[in-house]
Amino acid sequence: MIRISGLSRRFGNRDVVQGIDLEIRSGEIFSLIGPSGSGKTTLLRLINLLDRPTRGTITFDGLHTDGTEHDRRAIRRRMAMVFQKPGVLNTTVEQNIAFGLEFRGLKKDLIHERVTSALEMVGLSGLPKRRATTLSGGEMQRVAIARAIVTGPEVLLLDEPTANLDPVSTEIIENLIVWINRERKTTVVIATHDMGQGQRLASRIGVMMEGRLVQAGEMYDIFYHPVNRAIASFVGIDPVRGGIVESNENNLATIAIKSTRVEAVTSLLKGQRVALCIRPEEVTLSLPDTCLPASSARNCLAGTITRLLPYGPFTRVHVDCGIPVTALLTRRSCEELALAPLMRVNATIKATAVHVIPDPVPEENLSEVKQERSG
Amino acid sequence: MITVQEIIDGFSQAIQLIVSLNPELLEVTALSLFISLSATTIATLIAIPFGGLIHFRKFAGKRVLITIIQTLYSVPTVIIGLFVYLLISRSGPLGFFGLLFTPVGMIIGQSILILPIMIGLTITALSGVDKNIRDTLISLGGTEFQSIAQIVREARFAILGAVILGFGRAISEVGVAMMIGGNIRGETRVLTTSIALETGMGNFGLSIALGIVLLAIALVVVLIMNLITSGALSDSDRVRGGPRA
Repeated sequence: MIRISGLSRRFGNRDVVQGIDLEIRSGEIFSLIGPSGSGKTTLLRLINLLDRPTRGTITFDGLHTDGTEHDRRAIRRRMAMVFQKPGVLNTTVEQNIAFGLEFRGLKKDLIHERVTSALEMVGLSGLPKRRATTLSGGEMQRVAIARAIVTGPEVLLLDEPTANLDPVSTEIIENLIVWINRERKTTVVIATHDMGQGQRLASRIGVMMEGRLVQAGEMYDIFYHPVNRAIASFVGIDPVRGGIVESNENNLATIAIKSTRVEAVTSLLKGQRVALCIRPEEVTLSLPDTCLPASSARNCLAGTITRLLPYGPFTRVHVDCGIPVTALLTRRSCEELALAPLMRVNATIKATAVHVIPDPVPEENLSEVKQERSG
Repeated sequence: MITVQEIIDGFSQAIQLIVSLNPELLEVTALSLFISLSATTIATLIAIPFGGLIHFRKFAGKRVLITIIQTLYSVPTVIIGLFVYLLISRSGPLGFFGLLFTPVGMIIGQSILILPIMIGLTITALSGVDKNIRDTLISLGGTEFQSIAQIVREARFAILGAVILGFGRAISEVGVAMMIGGNIRGETRVLTTSIALETGMGNFGLSIALGIVLLAIALVVVLIMNLITSGALSDSDRVRGGPRA
């Protein structure tokens, strides 16, 4: 649907977006995730043709988008964008939603009909005559979504649509987005800094960091196989650094890390410096005497609990096994095991659940470099 | 020497003149309103598109132009009077229209006088509309003209404030009215020039009456303005939709 290649946008002497290659497929929900300031908004604005790239091209449904303003408007009218701030105008809800249709020169009765059905869709049927600026944040954002979809766009771009909203409004809007995608077959691109939201909505995810698209793919790949440490941290894993591949037989490697050894599935060869990513939900804790039988494909690390952190209905249990390991347990199982700090436990992790990423600069050297710089 | 008694007499005479709807007082007031309202209308028709153009277009020297406009907010009325006088006097470049000492000449003078403040405040009003609104309108498929029209509409309260301020400056000025109008009785005599003349002639009663009328007009202007700007401020706050997280 949308093909982006070599896209860069420079503001002053900073490349806010650089060298992006990406394809948005027709009918998918694609989520752009990344911390604030990583260039998500700039990329969406470029896709919506609100801004022109410094380098690179975007094609929309096979059409080049670098033409005159007139041509670009014709393409822009096949898309719609919802901004982080709802940007409702100081007039009635009805009028706000009608703008896009009026700009396209539709007849009054047709506009009324479509506005009414859009209001119904976003659950604001009772409010067509309300002054839009007096609505709540969540309602305003729903007006913004109604205004965007009323024109029947092929692609819907959403920039942090729920960033300033409460959980209930967020859920309403997320459901709405999924509904629009399923029922209307609208391609959706949603930028968010909320990992969970990306996970809930999208079929594919692109991770942006400092203006670059560092990884794009199926959600599973990114959550379980982040390509570098920055992404690992962003997707909620603290990589353990300072490992080295000690041996590798048929992709089952033994990795020496700190004072312990971990089995992992990787194609990285012997001698490679690595960091390990272990998702907390992949770690099972057991009491010392009841360690699950250690097989060749399973790690059983003995350690001491250092901290218990409540995490919604879960508890994050930090265990020092020579390397720091975090386990995510339900609060109930935590109580059943009577876990407490300083308790000895065994952490069991399947070798397939240990994700290995290359980490060329050894930790010691890194700290030396820092010292040299400061000294 | 003016005694306290004379001032008191002046006030009571003034109230009599107002209550009895003195014909001369009414005529002067009507002409004042006509000239200043006309000037404000003309200036508005120029200021909104021109202010919009300056605000929405990017060009070299934009900052400088805005600074010049802002400096002209406080241009002395007599300087505009002099400028327009030179322009429309018999031997001036526009002398053949015969506009000197006519209400039309005064309207032109006052329009020029209040243009800078109206353009400047229009620009300020448009800057007050969130940039997000402009992006939204363009994103919704609006042409440049369609989008600008909606933004002007969005800034309507603040622009109305600019119009009322312009009117206030026009009706209260003396320089242009005196130099271009010439204070001809029954033709170009307006509230301010009339006060200047009558005071000079010792007719304090009429002067004070005219002064009260002028103040009353100013009061109405301020009241309307407060009503509008208070509405506009709370409106624009709501439009902005809160801070970016």
